Amino acid sequence: MNKMKKITIVTGHYGSGKTNFTANLALKASNAGERVTVVDLDIVNPYFRSADFDDLFKNSGVRLAAPLYANTNLDIPALSFDLDFIARSDGYIIVDVGGDDAGASALGRYADGLAAYEDDIEMLYVVNMYRRLTGSPEEAAELMNEIECASKMKCTALVNNSNLGEETVAETVERSIPYAEKISELTGIPLFFTVVTDGVRANVPNPFSARVYVKKLWED
Amino acid sequence: MERNLMKGNEALAEAAIRAGCKCFFGYPITPQTEVAAYLAKNMPKNGGVFLQAESEIAAINMVLGAASAGVRAMTSSSSPGISLKSEGVSYIAGSDLPCVIVNVQRGGPGLGGIQPAQSDYWQATKALGHGDYQLLVYAPCSVQEMVDKVTLAFDMADKYRMPAMILADGLLGQMMEPVTFPERKTVFEPKPWATNGHGGKRKHNITNSLYLVPEELENSIKERYKRYETIKANHTEAELYMTEDADVVVTAYGAAARVAKTAVNRARAEGIKAGLFRPITLWPFPVKEINEAVKTAKAVLDVEMSMGQMVEDVRLAINCAKPVEFFGRTGGVIPTPDEVLENIRRLNG
Repeated sequence: MNKMKKITIVTGHYGSGKTNFTANLALKASNAGERVTVVDLDIVNPYFRSADFDDLFKNSGVRLAAPLYANTNLDIPALSFDLDFIARSDGYIIVDVGGDDAGASALGRYADGLAAYEDDIEMLYVVNMYRRLTGSPEEAAELMNEIECASKMKCTALVNNSNLGEETVAETVERSIPYAEKISELTGIPLFFTVVTDGVRANVPNPFSARVYVKKLWED
Repeated sequence: MERNLMKGNEALAEAAIRAGCKCFFGYPITPQTEVAAYLAKNMPKNGGVFLQAESEIAAINMVLGAASAGVRAMTSSSSPGISLKSEGVSYIAGSDLPCVIVNVQRGGPGLGGIQPAQSDYWQATKALGHGDYQLLVYAPCSVQEMVDKVTLAFDMADKYRMPAMILADGLLGQMMEPVTFPERKTVFEPKPWATNGHGGKRKHNITNSLYLVPEELENSIKERYKRYETIKANHTEAELYMTEDADVVVTAYGAAARVAKTAVNRARAEGIKAGLFRPITLWPFPVKEINEAVKTAKAVLDVEMSMGQMVEDVRLAINCAKPVEFFGRTGGVIPTPDEVLENIRRLNG
């Protein structure tokens, strides 16, 4: 894994796996003895979000800053915390941003404040080849541009999280490498790693081994 | 076949495009808004119309207009929004027009909540609007079935000239699973009744639900009910899982059936002969299939994300031949496999 910067911002298409990646990144850093704060900036998604991992994070010593009404019945996209204040505290900060340009507009609200930390920010763009609307490198590159416009910030690296959920096998991940490399070429930002979940023995450059935390209630 | 990882809501939107849906009219509401968001982006690219109406009521009446002109049309909402549409749905049924209505259910009554629920079963199968009529009601339980049933719903709605509903829930709408899409439909049955311009070449068509003579209204309803009988005899669908030798049969649809299946598997692992009956058509209710499923059962356990609505159809369909008990969670709370398992154990005695 590359050396983490103080602030990691995780962006991408709806359902590209940002939340699961965020959880893995946070728990890895925390298990390595680092102080970590996860910021759930998702104002788009009603379910399956970082705030779901409240207990898991608490048990691992990861701090969570989530909208006050996340996971309640109040459908209000209010951001009730001060990201600038969190950024000034010690330790690592991982920001889980909502999907697409719609979700990234919430990040735009903080862009001016974050400008002071420019050198300490890694803004990741998560891609999944098996998501229909970002299935081609061109579509994925276009969406990244839309996310950058909405967030008023620049993506600095790619994370290839190509997967087919429970049907993911080694070949699923291996087949996606040319896709991810092409996005890197089109956007001019480096491909940091390819996510490989537990039990999938994919042979890829720069693998990031991850657990599946986002599960359905009936899955064992 | 190409596999895609899709949210339930996106998958049913893409399936609608492929089924030849050319008009979508809707109004945003959690947890179904991705249907509209997906179609806003993709309907125009496919030669169709996406329109965010000023209200749910306007949207369903736009569907009525498009359907009258012979166009495949759809609207989508979640529980409170579906209530608003009920008048329009009744007019569509009364005018013998085909359309697809999607309900991604959330907690109710009233504004309720935004978490998943199944408390609109009665509304969908018995009481969506006034008058003597039925909707075709499909209850998918996976993202793939969201695709398959939307495709089927458009065909069946056209064939029988009636509205068809996809009764999903927030969990199915929001969760992601791999799916395969069918080829795009390009050939459609002609609609000689459509009000799409006679061009001076034929008698003009009228679509209407108003009848001035009571006997004419009665006749039109009786004709519709004959179609319903054909549908009941030919178009029920259900999944029977491990019911051949089951002592306890769980009945559940949609997301609740996914939970129930895990519970059934855990019960089998403990040596309890449990099985699952999952209706896929809620109207018509699969009467023949459920009687087959409960043949060896000592008891039936109905599981729903409601206070118990389908349970009445379960009892009716088997003519109370077996004891039927109910377990449910409601208001956005989803039953867990262990809670269902506990009830299976209790009924197994």
